[in-house]
Amino acid sequence: MPRWLSLPAALGAAFLVLPVIAIVARVDWADFGTLITSEASRQALWLSLRTSTISTLLCILLGTPMAMVLARTSFPGQGVLRSLVLLPLVLPPVVGGLALLYTFGRRGLLGEELEALGIHVAFSTAAVVMAQTFVAMPFLVVSLEGALRTAGQRYDVVAASLGAGPTTVFRRVTLPLVLPGLVSGAVLAFARSLGEFGATITFAGSLQGVTRTLPLEIYQQRETDVDAAVALSLVLVVVAVIVIGFARQGRSVL
Amino acid sequence: MSLEVEASVPDRDVEVALEVAEGETLAVIGPNGAGKSTVLSVVGGLLRPARGHVRLDGRVLTDDRTFVPPHGRRVALLAQDPLLFPHLSVRDNVAFGPRSGGAGRRTSREAAHRWLAEVGVEELAGRRPREVSGGEGQRVALARALAAEPRLLLLDEPMAALDVAVQPALRQTLRRVLAGRTTVLVTHDVLDALLLADRVVVMEGGRIVEAGRTADVLERPRSAFAARIAGLNMVRGPWLDGAVSGIRGIATGPAPGAGEPAVAVFRPSAVAVYREAPAGSPRNSLPVTITEVEPHGDAVRVRADHLAADVTPLAAAELELAPGLHVVFSVKATEVSVYRI
Amino acid sequence: MRRLAPLLALLVLPLAACGDDGPDGTDETTLTVYAAASLTSTFEETADRFEAGHDGVTVKLSFGGSSDLAAQIQEGAPADVFASADTANMDKLTADGLVDGVSEFATNTLEIATPPDNPAGVSSFQDLGKAGLRLVVCAPEVPCGAATQTMAGQLGVTLAPVSEEQSVTDVLGKVTSGEADAGVVYVTDVTSAGDAVHGVAFPESDQVVNTYPIATVEGGEHAALAQEFADLVTGAAGQQILQDAGFGPP
Repeated sequence: MPRWLSLPAALGAAFLVLPVIAIVARVDWADFGTLITSEASRQALWLSLRTSTISTLLCILLGTPMAMVLARTSFPGQGVLRSLVLLPLVLPPVVGGLALLYTFGRRGLLGEELEALGIHVAFSTAAVVMAQTFVAMPFLVVSLEGALRTAGQRYDVVAASLGAGPTTVFRRVTLPLVLPGLVSGAVLAFARSLGEFGATITFAGSLQGVTRTLPLEIYQQRETDVDAAVALSLVLVVVAVIVIGFARQGRSVL
Repeated sequence: MSLEVEASVPDRDVEVALEVAEGETLAVIGPNGAGKSTVLSVVGGLLRPARGHVRLDGRVLTDDRTFVPPHGRRVALLAQDPLLFPHLSVRDNVAFGPRSGGAGRRTSREAAHRWLAEVGVEELAGRRPREVSGGEGQRVALARALAAEPRLLLLDEPMAALDVAVQPALRQTLRRVLAGRTTVLVTHDVLDALLLADRVVVMEGGRIVEAGRTADVLERPRSAFAARIAGLNMVRGPWLDGAVSGIRGIATGPAPGAGEPAVAVFRPSAVAVYREAPAGSPRNSLPVTITEVEPHGDAVRVRADHLAADVTPLAAAELELAPGLHVVFSVKATEVSVYRI
Repeated sequence: MRRLAPLLALLVLPLAACGDDGPDGTDETTLTVYAAASLTSTFEETADRFEAGHDGVTVKLSFGGSSDLAAQIQEGAPADVFASADTANMDKLTADGLVDGVSEFATNTLEIATPPDNPAGVSSFQDLGKAGLRLVVCAPEVPCGAATQTMAGQLGVTLAPVSEEQSVTDVLGKVTSGEADAGVVYVTDVTSAGDAVHGVAFPESDQVVNTYPIATVEGGEHAALAQEFADLVTGAAGQQILQDAGFGPP
């Protein structure tokens, strides 16, 4: 590596790290405990962790088969499908929220059908999970598809020649081989779910204990109580750091 | 016949028909791109030919209506790389086949130990694949393939990626375990063909150009490739006035009729090299341009396109042989065998 | 932190290239007005009027939540005029000595917005307490939410909203999309939303009045011009524009 690269690298690192330091510097430590343990804060944190976990599971359940289809098959229009699957990655989350609203909302594409089944999505915790799953899914799919392509099909072919059917091959060979990719995809999806704001506020609304996740609570607190907002932001940063650290640990073990 | 293959794959310009008897090992040799891997893919069920069929022990694996998927064929594959599943221990790698076949965990592990012992690496059972050497890994892969109790074994250059030092021992092991097993072996190595195969087919340009008992093919090659791997010079042409393309020789077997296509075959060590054609000699004289000079055992091999001559290092030095030099290859008619193709 | 300053400067350097080209060399003057989001259409019209009367003056408008704008001014944003949607945020700046000449220029009262077909048949504020109604309000932390809460308290109506939104815009969005049966917003929001919503006025609305103050920002470059803009807003012409949009007199 040319040595001069260190300078822009240091600048880049400073650009990313300084804001985190700034948040820490702004925290009102005297009241920190009180601020983050208020009923509203605890509910928001718990709701965020709960919904993000469910969203991540949904991403794994639905995203893994999608990654398989994208990595292991070829059919006309696959490129277009891939672009569409990745769309939430580049879409402003608010647009995602609107799109979900026009799909699952009361007057949306599937609204009447859902209403007939007695399912009310909007303003429910389920809507939060849907918004998070929508924005987080591409992270899992991209990460896993890459891992599948890197792993290739040579092991799958060998397993099949040993008499293993497609499901056995998938379960006992393909998945274990791409487990690191799956884990890092899931972590990214969890982190993205945890930070989700725009789609949630547009699609799910904001109500304490039901739809007001940590980012929404921070946005709300900022109106009246900046100290509380800063304290909660730090909580979010810490949770994110723990998740990423855990994932790195997990990868090195694998 | 145990294995019958007839396949046409126009995409890759491959058209083959071959048979392997019960318990027989057939070597498929040929240059790169000759279509050897395509044959394996067709037999293994990775590729469906446009036309043709694959039958194993009387069971149709592939034809116009039937296509048994790879896992239902009982055809095991051993490739250049061991491709041991990195997340499973050596034992569980070998137990994979029995497990997939529905055997219990215990039975499968017992089978694994039996096959690991068979190929001489039972002590590796508890290791991870990354903890075994290349040669050991290939033995484990062999045990894994055998443990699946296949009706047919496909070997795709099983020793090509291995250190030369470990090849002889593995070749011995293969020779032992392949005895009595129906096997198709793709190889580049004449030794593999000689020691492991009962019969050999030579592929060139997607077609089988030659087939027969291994010893016969190596002694009397009819294709340029077989001649090359047998280490022989070969010249093709019509049989005219006791010569093939001007090279006189002794007809072996039924003599070719006048104008019939024939080959003249001779060993490089039978070729003498001169700067100028010796006058009045009864020998065959072939004016050539040297393309390569390289050490070959105790001798120096002098190549001129598809022909080769082995001379002593002393002679090579005296003649100052070097690429680009015009010389004459000379060979006695009695050293040349001619036969019909 | 001080030692980091040169590093930070270096970081920000390329961004300078992104700044808008100032009217260098011309005698163009730019007056920067920070105004609450609910004033968007009225202040755009007022600014046009102002520019027409002042040659060489450009009015740059920046709209946002009143508390956001107040926070930006506290951090030193280059505003000349600040118009807030509530007195609380203006009071904050007054206490910090950042604004001058505060005067109230408009009032706004609450109104119920429903989808155009009013599916739940809402006709009074009391109807908002009905069980099963999907009501969306502003969160109590923002001015419209505080006003809604006060109103409910005074009328003894218990509200069970399905969502407490961050802004009037979010409440309107939920109503226009038909997700919510009703939302509580300002009269002016119903007016500007046009046919997208159906407004349900209620007689008690004058019990809770939101007052809009305007002031010039201390240390602005164009103090006199800023005062003229504030005067235009509080004057007859400005008031007419505000009344047309549904605002009440101060």
